[in-house]
Amino acid sequence: MRPANVVDLRGDAASDASAPGAGADLFPLVLDDVSFQAGGTVLIKGVDLTLPAQGATVIMGPNGAGKSLLLRLMHGLIAPSGGTVTWGGMPLGEAVRKRQAMVFQRPVLLRRSVAANIDFVLRLRGRADPGRRREILDHAGLAAHADQPARLLSGGEQQRLAMARALATEPDVLFMDEPTSNLDPASTLVIEEIAKAARDRGTKIIFITHDMGQARRLADDVVFVHKGKVLEHSPAETFFTQPASTEAGDYMAGKIIL
Amino acid sequence: MQDFGAAFLTAFDLLIGADAALLEIIGLSLRVSITALLAAGLIGLSLGAALAVTRFPGRGFILVIVNSMMGLPPVVVGLVVYMLLSNAGPLGFLGLLYTPEAMIIAQAILILPIIAALSRQLIEDLHAEYAEQFRSFCVPTGRMMVELLWDARYSLLTVMLAGLGRAMAEVGAVIIVGGNINHLTRVMTTTIALETSKGDLALALGLGIVLLSIAIAINAGVMALNATAKRQAYA
Amino acid sequence: MKHLKTLTLGAAAGLILGAAVAVPGTAQADAIIVQSTTSTQNSGLYDYMLPIYEKKTGNKVNVVAVGTGQAIKNARNCDGDVLLVHAKPAEEKFVADGYGVKRSDLMYNDFIIVGPPADPAKVGGMKDGPKALSMIAKSEAIFASRGDNSGTHKKEKHLWKAAGIDPVKASGKWYRETGSGMGATLNAGVGMGAYVMTDRATWISFKNKGDYKIQVEGDKQLFNQYGVILVNPKKCPKVKVKEGQAFIDWLLSKDGQETIASYKLKGLQLFFPNGKMM
Repeated sequence: MRPANVVDLRGDAASDASAPGAGADLFPLVLDDVSFQAGGTVLIKGVDLTLPAQGATVIMGPNGAGKSLLLRLMHGLIAPSGGTVTWGGMPLGEAVRKRQAMVFQRPVLLRRSVAANIDFVLRLRGRADPGRRREILDHAGLAAHADQPARLLSGGEQQRLAMARALATEPDVLFMDEPTSNLDPASTLVIEEIAKAARDRGTKIIFITHDMGQARRLADDVVFVHKGKVLEHSPAETFFTQPASTEAGDYMAGKIIL
Repeated sequence: MQDFGAAFLTAFDLLIGADAALLEIIGLSLRVSITALLAAGLIGLSLGAALAVTRFPGRGFILVIVNSMMGLPPVVVGLVVYMLLSNAGPLGFLGLLYTPEAMIIAQAILILPIIAALSRQLIEDLHAEYAEQFRSFCVPTGRMMVELLWDARYSLLTVMLAGLGRAMAEVGAVIIVGGNINHLTRVMTTTIALETSKGDLALALGLGIVLLSIAIAINAGVMALNATAKRQAYA
Repeated sequence: MKHLKTLTLGAAAGLILGAAVAVPGTAQADAIIVQSTTSTQNSGLYDYMLPIYEKKTGNKVNVVAVGTGQAIKNARNCDGDVLLVHAKPAEEKFVADGYGVKRSDLMYNDFIIVGPPADPAKVGGMKDGPKALSMIAKSEAIFASRGDNSGTHKKEKHLWKAAGIDPVKASGKWYRETGSGMGATLNAGVGMGAYVMTDRATWISFKNKGDYKIQVEGDKQLFNQYGVILVNPKKCPKVKVKEGQAFIDWLLSKDGQETIASYKLKGLQLFFPNGKMM
């Protein structure tokens, strides 16, 4: 086993993040020499990465760098071609994934009412209960829309419902893949508030964004991905002021990096 | 040909007259085809959903078979069911030959591949959209099938109507296994075949127009209910 | 909105159940199945005769009319209690093979050859069946054959043989084998201006005659005998011997024979009883 690329976050940005929640046994998340290839092309190359239980980790990098693949490998939506992903020493399986949830760039809502979308996951986790559903919808500001078809909500409302539905499973880890890339600033802010509240309750957040402002507002640490490799994993403060790699610097400066 | 004009007049007379013999035939047609549809729907939708969400060796081969079976000639289905249900066949002891039940079995077999193949495609397309989210939530396969069937319900209704249409329109299978027995197994299409062979083309065509009117009424009714439900309840 | 959905589903379920329950009754325990030639059904004989029989005896008779060849095959599969067809040699073979208890003559009529009024083969008014066929063959006028091994087809083949002609050599040219029932063959024949051999009963009741005329009739060789046979319970244990025999007995009785004779269409008698009670 090669030494993991451990970054000590305890001294700085992460220190004021919440204490580890009930999901502490899932951590650290360790990617050991993880690679992924499809159709003969290597898309993720030998990634070693360790993430702690606390705070929000943001994954950044140019389009096509492999951010979404990395997120899916962590969540177990796809299996690595090489290497291992372990959560607190446990291999990735349904037992682990059931304690996590993911929000996608384009919300995948069932063709049903708003309420039925929440009921779906409550039933799935064996706790269908109208009171709990009302609480969840209230929290997401969607109570007034409960009986509406989910797919007729506005884009922002749809993503809020997707967030509420993901959090209804009470996950220890919440993945988000560019959750606000299609949203206006006001809707973006609401999503960020919900994410922050979840983090403060002890939910680990791992998300992808191209929105520099959002990254600065939410990130405790940053993983920078380029051409299928993790070039840098630093505390947010360090990353935004003194990125270790020139590619990260160029990326933030808005330069095209090759 | 003056038969066309006569056919419309005959159809009109038949519908207005609501003649008891005609009502009996229409009733049996509906009973046989709708029961066949329910049976084929239950099996076909489950099969379609299962094929849509699972991957296993030989799946492609099964899809080719199911899709090809959509073109099964009714006469062949009738013949196979006849050979099974005949007193000389393996299931002869059931005594089902020349009964409405035999016709239901034949029509169910005839439309099962249509329902399975079309629903498989529909659900697979929907599953492509839901797959990652379902995997993220760890939805078990059986549950996934149920949820996909429910979410595809409005599209699946069209699949069911296609099945019902084929069942109600076919004559080749029911005439062999039903025998076109008066007051027992005579349905719309076998009556049309009989009147054609009697050379009464106007009556045959008139019955055809009646059959088409029933089909239009059913489709319009279902579509109207569907549209209302869709508008009022869910998108 | 929930209620509306429930209502919709309820209505749909109700419709389906209603339709499924609305038409009761399937096979009755004592009903017999008659495997039959088509002419007796297409001419309306059963629609006339069976209600009379059922009213008198309370016994139900279900008729499967498929053409003599198919009817005999179905009966060999034990899928009938009584066989009523018109191909004496095949019927006798059926009994000899042990599938039938006994064959009885029931009634007769005759075959005729119908054709277009222009009469390209100049057979109009002829009596001699084989001679008329040989003239049709010589002039290569179109002839539509059943080609389905039915009683009528068997008779037609027999007449061609008597004329010393093998028409199948011209199959697809002037000799057209429809492979269909009598009615379908008549429809096709009238449509393409072909001569057709048919039984008289089907012809009289046939409604799509166009301008067709009877061209050949009255030959002894064109005699069309119908027979009735009880399927043998030794081969087919499920045969309803009592009810089947009761039907045959009635057909051959004075009452049954008179009923057959009394069936008329357009003032014409279609079938002539010649059954004998044994």
